[in-house]
Amino acid sequence: MKTADVTKKVGKGGLGAEIRSLLASNIRDYAMYVALVIIFIVFTIATDRLFISPRNLVNLVNQTGYVAVLAIGMTLILIIRHIDLSVGFVAGFLGAVAAILLMRGWNVWLVIPVVLLCGIAVGVYQGLLVTRIKVPAFVTTLAGMFIFRGLLSWVTAGTGTIIVRDRTFLQLSNGYIPDLPWGQNVNFHLLTLLLGIAMVGIFILGQFKQRQDLKRYNFPTTSPVIFVGKLVFFSAVILAVTWIMASYRGLPWTAVIVAIVLLIYNFILNKTRLGRHIYAIGGNPEAAELSGIKVRNVTFLVFASMGLMSALAGILYTSRLASATPTAGLGFELDAIASSYIGGVSVGGGVGRVTNTIVGALVIMSLTNGMNLLGVDISFQYVVKGIIFVLAVAFDVITRSKAKV
Amino acid sequence: MSDYILEMRAITKEFPGVKALDNVSFQVRRGEIHCLVGENGAGKSTLMKVLSGVYPFGTFEGSILINGQPQQFRHVSDSEKQGIAIIYQELALFPELPIYENLFVGHEIMKGRIIDWKETKARAKGVLERVGLDLDPSMKIKDLGVGQRQLVEIAKALSRDAQILILDEPTAALNEDDSENLLNLLQELKGQGVTCILISHKLKEIVAVADTITVLRDGRVVTSLNARERKVTEQEIIKHMVGREIENIYPKRENVQIGDVLFEIKNWTVVDRTRNREILHNVNMQVRKGEIVGVAGLMGSGRTELALSIFGNVPGYQITSGELYLNGKQVQFRHPADAIKSGVAYVTEDRKLNGLVLIQDVKFNISLPALEKLVEGLVVNEHEEITMAEDYRRSFDIRTPSVKAKVGNLSGGNQQKASLAKWLFAEPSLLIMDEPTRGIDVGAKYEIYTLMNRLVAQGMSIIMISSELLEILGMSDRIYIMSEGTITGELDAQEATEEKIMAMATKTTEGVRE
Repeated sequence: MKTADVTKKVGKGGLGAEIRSLLASNIRDYAMYVALVIIFIVFTIATDRLFISPRNLVNLVNQTGYVAVLAIGMTLILIIRHIDLSVGFVAGFLGAVAAILLMRGWNVWLVIPVVLLCGIAVGVYQGLLVTRIKVPAFVTTLAGMFIFRGLLSWVTAGTGTIIVRDRTFLQLSNGYIPDLPWGQNVNFHLLTLLLGIAMVGIFILGQFKQRQDLKRYNFPTTSPVIFVGKLVFFSAVILAVTWIMASYRGLPWTAVIVAIVLLIYNFILNKTRLGRHIYAIGGNPEAAELSGIKVRNVTFLVFASMGLMSALAGILYTSRLASATPTAGLGFELDAIASSYIGGVSVGGGVGRVTNTIVGALVIMSLTNGMNLLGVDISFQYVVKGIIFVLAVAFDVITRSKAKV
Repeated sequence: MSDYILEMRAITKEFPGVKALDNVSFQVRRGEIHCLVGENGAGKSTLMKVLSGVYPFGTFEGSILINGQPQQFRHVSDSEKQGIAIIYQELALFPELPIYENLFVGHEIMKGRIIDWKETKARAKGVLERVGLDLDPSMKIKDLGVGQRQLVEIAKALSRDAQILILDEPTAALNEDDSENLLNLLQELKGQGVTCILISHKLKEIVAVADTITVLRDGRVVTSLNARERKVTEQEIIKHMVGREIENIYPKRENVQIGDVLFEIKNWTVVDRTRNREILHNVNMQVRKGEIVGVAGLMGSGRTELALSIFGNVPGYQITSGELYLNGKQVQFRHPADAIKSGVAYVTEDRKLNGLVLIQDVKFNISLPALEKLVEGLVVNEHEEITMAEDYRRSFDIRTPSVKAKVGNLSGGNQQKASLAKWLFAEPSLLIMDEPTRGIDVGAKYEIYTLMNRLVAQGMSIIMISSELLEILGMSDRIYIMSEGTITGELDAQEATEEKIMAMATKTTEGVRE
């Protein structure tokens, strides 16, 4: 997780001034982390530490999985100033398709790619409507919401809830990565721990390399104290989470899947030409077009990717519940959009990072998880989520209008 | 009663860095047609905005008197109450609403607390007759022609008992017949005691209808000519509009070497499909290697449309005929990407609107049109990007804390240098620059001019679209003059004068039709 660059070199003011300036320029990101920490503390106290028990944290990860992949796809959609309201029922419907195919005896390794392709097909259909016929995305995907809700209840009409029994498929959202052979002798999950340590190593190396690059081009860098503080803090968080996972049953497959998706999308957005084009379109579509970017094609691609992510979310959700239900997917779009906005996607488009979106998804799903533990009524949960959502966006609008541009 | 229905005394209006109006005094007699002329940027529109209260009392110096009474307009509605009505170039009508609703919008005829539609329609009929429109008031605005819409605007003003009618370029979008019709109407209204202030670039119309002609230049009144006492000629007006010394703000070109023809368009005709109107008619143009070709013309003459249609970005436009040649080979650009690949670049007129991505940093913007040059495998090489951006920052002297600063935070001149850097990174052979120095200060202008000279010395060709005649004269090797979507003249730098260009730019043509 990288915090945004400090725009001004803070030379004379000392540490206090530097912290203030860091706060001012990264208030959005920090607010999100603070919110997450507060949510964790409040629920930990309210549930008498049940909330941070390894069992529940793993549960939280598995619950967050499907929302996280939807939110990653949604982040791209929102960056280019569109919206997709259909993702919930597309996920629900495709999850049901997976369940039905498995029920008919299809091999799981055939089912998964077929369902993912179906997701791309849905994205292609909506992308074509938006880019070729120029139906606004809001309308296209609102219609999609109805269509796929209808299709979902149609395919589940005869059977009602479809139970999934395929063990491999169920592993996706309920299983853990296998341990190394010599991990049997210790009372924790060795591979998980090693992965965690490797992650810390990669993180620290990456930060050092980034810092060196900044220095090489004479860009302002944070002072050593802040830099080391940041390294220690994030390393501690990664190690703590790793330890909790390792001392339980190891790293859930969901976490692995989300991590791979996150890595790919983060790479595309930050390193590739396509990523630059996505940000350019979000920042100023007319300027992007006149800079030779084929806005229509990029938009189409982003919708196709959203379809793919919806299919993946459907698979994860069906696996999680071990069944497909006629109401699966209800309200997922809200969770996905809220995660993106809480994660710092700008309402005006052009700004947003998938890494932060994941944290946004954690905020939303911690709320859900915590309130479920407390036995809060589902109707009241909607109200709370709605309020958090609108607060996040209001906060975003206020901080951005203050910062100007 | 005062002799003057309107007096503006010693108006000075400043914007940060610019004096838009400098001690302007302006008097309008009751019941006359008073024409206001001047180059783009001379201060005409600013003066009218001061008058109508768009710039509220207190944001400018000087005083406004109506019928001898001092006024303090804080809002447009205040000036409306005093009988001042402005009809803007972009018409302020609701296309989906019927004429009668448009006429009385904001001043609805009420019966108690509800709108009296019957009375509205009846009165609408009467108001339309006053402007000579024999139309059913229930027709929607979108079904009317541009000329008819203009008349509806005037009818709307009259329905509000406007005493002073201000028309800003009313005939800019009209054909000959409609223009004549409108001018006749103004004279009729004059007979009924309505005072008109007419802003126009079409000098022929002005000498035909004006009682008084006031010429503005650089925010000052140059002269006020009484056209009732003697006939004023177009040449005389032009002389007053442009008559100033050319300051030496244009760097000298050294060893100019002009080569073969690089770019050529033939019989270029473009139709705006959304309005079903020809916007460019039979344009022919040639650009040689190492040449700066100026394109002069007034606003709305089709210069930007020409650039966009060449560049392959035609939202709603259709190129109905014409060929484009690059290095002697015929090419077609379906998208700006094609144009960029062929070595054409277009620096837009409005860098904030469609030139730069303001929320992104300097290097992001510079690398955008030619990002593939920095891509290795799949990855954009950020080191090379920074090095490249730093090079441009140094050689163009883009003043920014770093190439990682957001472009939106730079000053206008530095933004313009960044847009130029962006396009040069794409290594074009033809650079189209639309208003390259709009809204930037003299120092930055000089730097941009120097850069342009450097580029053509390296063999690049430049098409420079500009509203500033001095810039056109100071920079171009050759000049095309456009009016109403056609080329009305071509001049060599040596033979060109402001008067000649003005005369060609104000020529009415029969080029584009509806």
